[in-house]
Amino acid sequence: MRRGLSGINLVALTLGFAFLYIPILLLIIYSFNESKLVTVWAGFSTKWYAAMVQNELLLDAAWMTLKVAFVSSSVALVLGTLAGLALARLGRFPGRTLFSGMVYAPLVMPEVITGLSMLLLFVALSWARGYWTVTIAHITFSMAYVAVVVQSRLLTMDRSLEEAAMDLGAPPVKTFFAVTLPIISPALVAGWLLAFTLSLDDLVIASFTSGPGSTTLPMKIYSQVRLGVTPEINAVSTVLVGIVATGVIAASLINKRAMVIREREAQAVVSD
Amino acid sequence: MNAKHEPKPRRQRAGRGLLRRGSVIASPYLWLLFFFLVPFVIVLKISVAEVQLAIPPYTPLFDWPEGGSLELFAVGDNYLLLIEDSLYIRAYANSLKIAAISTALALLVGFPIAYAMARAPRAWQATLVMMVILPFWTSFLIRVYAWIGILKNEGMLNGVLRWIGVIDRPLIILNTDIAVYIGIVYSYLPFMVLPLYANLVRMDRSLLEAAADLGCRPAGAFWKITVPLARPGIVAGCFLVFIPAVGEFVIPDLLGGSGTLMIGRILWTEFFSNRDWPVASAVAVILLLVLIVPIVLFQRHQQRQREADA
Repeated sequence: MRRGLSGINLVALTLGFAFLYIPILLLIIYSFNESKLVTVWAGFSTKWYAAMVQNELLLDAAWMTLKVAFVSSSVALVLGTLAGLALARLGRFPGRTLFSGMVYAPLVMPEVITGLSMLLLFVALSWARGYWTVTIAHITFSMAYVAVVVQSRLLTMDRSLEEAAMDLGAPPVKTFFAVTLPIISPALVAGWLLAFTLSLDDLVIASFTSGPGSTTLPMKIYSQVRLGVTPEINAVSTVLVGIVATGVIAASLINKRAMVIREREAQAVVSD
Repeated sequence: MNAKHEPKPRRQRAGRGLLRRGSVIASPYLWLLFFFLVPFVIVLKISVAEVQLAIPPYTPLFDWPEGGSLELFAVGDNYLLLIEDSLYIRAYANSLKIAAISTALALLVGFPIAYAMARAPRAWQATLVMMVILPFWTSFLIRVYAWIGILKNEGMLNGVLRWIGVIDRPLIILNTDIAVYIGIVYSYLPFMVLPLYANLVRMDRSLLEAAADLGCRPAGAFWKITVPLARPGIVAGCFLVFIPAVGEFVIPDLLGGSGTLMIGRILWTEFFSNRDWPVASAVAVILLLVLIVPIVLFQRHQQRQREADA
């Protein structure tokens, strides 16, 4: 087999990644622009970051967003893992079609519909809109993503270890916690991160379900963007992109190291 | 079954198994029933109510006046409005059109990327997949926002094109449908590339060699072998871009013009600006009906793929 890439493929990759990354890079570069005009470069400056840090409303919104994201992704992790487990391992059970439909539907449901329907539920129950209603809405749509990630990992994993544990007399629940859970832990990390960033990111569902005093960062950004592009928003965006990129890259490196260690151990066992 | 002849411990174990299964299913099931299914029933209910100046701003479905009997209030006015006012029908049609064109463009852009990724040396592939996923992790809103600065009349794209000397008057892209296409392709590209890549990378390349040995030209082999084998990925990728694009709100709102009619935007306006919750609900019900066909087709397709993989 040939190594390396042919010319056309290299061009496709270069152009493709340029398309994906140039907008984000430009956004980051212009957050350091001295001028308020986003399109004219007037020298390097960090004044927009200073302005951002002093903007209390923005910081409040950021704090609210982090709280919602942390709680909703953690609950979604538990519920989504159970849902993925039910779909991957429990075979047929009454109402399975409805269940799998409900698990997958939020993945493709337009956000405006999810947002509207959740809001109407909260109004019907006369629940005060605020932190908890946004969190519940986020749990509902992000648990679907966790379920899909966990289910596909459970379906592709090697079950011989579980069978060995059961043969050695471990009860199913113990087998799950001692064998299955450690094996699927990378999928759990990925699922949690996915739920976290989806929540961090959501504008539409939060706009419907939040109330006074629970404005999230995307809502704040959106209302400012509608007034025009400002370097301050670029600065906020850069910080967000930086946090998420660091988190994702760190998670994948940890994952890779864990895999290398496991392979080494496996080789050590074989060579013994 | 001959369960009654089973020895007792077996049955006990079966009972415990049932309990265990139940406890796994119960909490996600109940959560989804209550927070996903019930809300849709409420949307359906409010879509046949009338708007009124009260809290909540719609008439009740059932009324039990003192001394009277139970009365049911359901009006089809909201649905009639959706048919009679051509704005809504045009918005639905335009949403489908914009989503279809964007999906085709995403396939055109995404296929060469996925193909090149699948052909890249093994050692690179994990990194390449990571590089496709990474933008998806960064805020959707921010990625759409980034394009405003690029596409504006005095934006970066026009600046570069003018500097090269390709144009002498700025291209008007922002606030047109073209900007919406660019926004959708950009935002949903990972959803197209990843399923395509997953299929292309598993392709047995000896098939192409066999085709070449039998005298098939590379282009012919591409259409006769690569494309049919990548079909499940193409189908999955197209659904994953098309379905959410139909109900998209943020992209047409920030990049589209006042003439860019999309149904997600109409629903938003009905709800937030006109405060007409019943009409917004009716718009949502019809949007769901429009999308139910592609959603069911997509779920069938995924189910078949999972069964084929298992």
